[in-house]
Amino acid sequence: MELSRRDALAALSAAGVGSLAGCAAPAATDDAGDRPDGDEMGRPGSSPVGDHELETLVAVAEVVYPSAVSGVGDFVRTYTGGRVDGDDDYAGGVAEAVAILDDYATEFYGGEYATRSREDRAEALDYMSVDVVNPEPDGTDAQRVRHYLVNELLYALYTSPTGASLAGLENPPGHPGGTESYQEGPEE
Amino acid sequence: MNDGADRTPSPRADVCIVGAGPAGATIAAELSAAGYGVVVLDAGPRFDPVDRVEQMERHLRPGVDGTVWDTDPERDAYSSSGERYYPLNVARVKGIGGSTLHWQAMVMRMHEQDFELASATGMADDWPLDYEDLRPYYADAEEELSVSGASDNPFAPPRDQPHPLPAFPPSYSDSLFADACEAVGLTTHSVPNARNSESTNEASACVGYGTCNPVCPSGAKYDATRHIDAAEATGARVVDRAPVQRLEHDAAGDRVTAAVYATPDGSKHRQAAREFVVAAGGVETPRLLLLSRSERYPNGLANSSGVVGRYFMDHLFAGMGGTLDEPTRQKHVGFNTTESHQFYDRPDDSRTAIKLEFLNYAGPAPTDIALTADSFGDDLLAEIRDGYGQHVAMGALVEQLPRKENRIRLDPSRTDDHGNPVPDVVWGLDDTTRRTVERANEIQRAVLEQMGVDIGWTVGPDNTGPAYHHMGTTRMGTDPAESVVDPQLRTHDLANLTLAGSSVFVTGGAMNPTLTIAALSLKAADHVAERL
Repeated sequence: MELSRRDALAALSAAGVGSLAGCAAPAATDDAGDRPDGDEMGRPGSSPVGDHELETLVAVAEVVYPSAVSGVGDFVRTYTGGRVDGDDDYAGGVAEAVAILDDYATEFYGGEYATRSREDRAEALDYMSVDVVNPEPDGTDAQRVRHYLVNELLYALYTSPTGASLAGLENPPGHPGGTESYQEGPEE
Repeated sequence: MNDGADRTPSPRADVCIVGAGPAGATIAAELSAAGYGVVVLDAGPRFDPVDRVEQMERHLRPGVDGTVWDTDPERDAYSSSGERYYPLNVARVKGIGGSTLHWQAMVMRMHEQDFELASATGMADDWPLDYEDLRPYYADAEEELSVSGASDNPFAPPRDQPHPLPAFPPSYSDSLFADACEAVGLTTHSVPNARNSESTNEASACVGYGTCNPVCPSGAKYDATRHIDAAEATGARVVDRAPVQRLEHDAAGDRVTAAVYATPDGSKHRQAAREFVVAAGGVETPRLLLLSRSERYPNGLANSSGVVGRYFMDHLFAGMGGTLDEPTRQKHVGFNTTESHQFYDRPDDSRTAIKLEFLNYAGPAPTDIALTADSFGDDLLAEIRDGYGQHVAMGALVEQLPRKENRIRLDPSRTDDHGNPVPDVVWGLDDTTRRTVERANEIQRAVLEQMGVDIGWTVGPDNTGPAYHHMGTTRMGTDPAESVVDPQLRTHDLANLTLAGSSVFVTGGAMNPTLTIAALSLKAADHVAERL
């Protein structure tokens, strides 16, 4: 199932970015790429979230997202571009979490996280116990990776119509998908 | 802390209203539109509607700091010393709009029997007014709250005109219950909702965010800020973060003279007015009266009867749910579309009222599972598919009878951020209420078993909890020895003091109380205007 830019914008809406509540869906702004002081992804020039951090987020997404979705790279870049825009605390947390992952991957797998195989990347999250810790922005290394990288990406996917549709819910909580779908039965 | 707002008293006010929830806001809008000078004081902040999507994120995503509506543990400190713990701070919102900011927005008229319960069944007490007295105000309240509803409820009391907006159609999930309900003889019908099924001049139609409780980002769900906005548009003054510390009265004890309130800069002020309305909810309204004790009223203002704070009631939740072997399409919206009031009226004194609900939001959403899962990738998706999608559930509100021992009192051992004793919620269940919770469970089980549901959970008499409807603590009546306010909601003791809200309910029925709060408030506003 192809993730779209619209999915990323819907997820941004659910993440409280670009509040246009009350307007028709999707409720996120669509101008993240049009900022004169940012790059094509809407990232301010001084943001700690640069290409390397985006590559790492995509690499994490490829592990935590199901194989049934495609378009992960564009989805993650669009979502993250909007998410970090104007939120320096969050951007800094992402950058630190990426550094944590890189340090771990370099020590145990011989290179930065995004350069490792999918199997190594999955194993690294497992060995760091990212799968079993509670997310905590100021917590342990694993808790920060869970909070800033893994849960952020999972939140983005499963609050988007395409992501939640994988489980049969095309209008997930947080997405202003109208009042028709609740009346409709499942697809045959 | 200084945000630049002017929180000094108004030099001339006809009416001072304490509390900017649905009762206070409705009265403020009515009286301000009629040309009276109105000042509203509220303990909580004015929330910016622009922040509501961020507030929704706080609700949806565990691990994000802060409560959705900024509960302040020092400002909102409380005790709970009764037989049952009462989680007060998840039951209310302090701020402009009050608890309608997080409510479910279900708005039913109470039944004729609710107002004459003692006469009809021998239980509890009659109200000093009847359904016909409130009937025109119910109609006005439905207009004020832009209620979406249909006249398809055979158990509802008589009405004269359709609801302002059409009802939300039933859900796919509702359709799964239909055959089973018919088989067990349970008649269902639509749900009146204070959320827009169509756009109006005031708000857009619901866009299906699905997070109604605790926050509606679109504004399609009514909250009392609509009436605050209306009041301010006609000249009312609304002061936030101005907790009233006490009410002062004249030497004779016949009239309230001022509301003494604090402001964030540490100052205290006195707001004088000709009429005062306390509309601070079923906990803070009696607390303020108790805090305002004086030589003339040593047991608390307007408390010659001794029943201020007594007869605290809530509705009990009874529920049951499980899974079917088919998709049930939950979590698309955050509100319900089908109910049954068939078991509402009481046949005798064997049970109290039951309002049955069919939930459209049973079980977890995919995000709920994903963010707490210990698997990733395809394994996680499998876990989500297994956990989401086949749940169904029924809920119910159950009436709790008024008991004198259930009460709000002051806890002298704890103080809030201004040094005032905190409210102590003393709350427990009586046997009739427990029996009625069991009866609700019996009906729910009959329906779910008829459907073939694998029942996974039950909320019954031992694990039930409150529905967060605070009622009864300044009850209405005609006898000053037994009640606090008269049928005009004016206190027996002080001629210019009105108490508005569900604290004046004599009995609580099992309907969500806000439509009745609004109807009573419109009536009270008429009486205040007559006196001005």
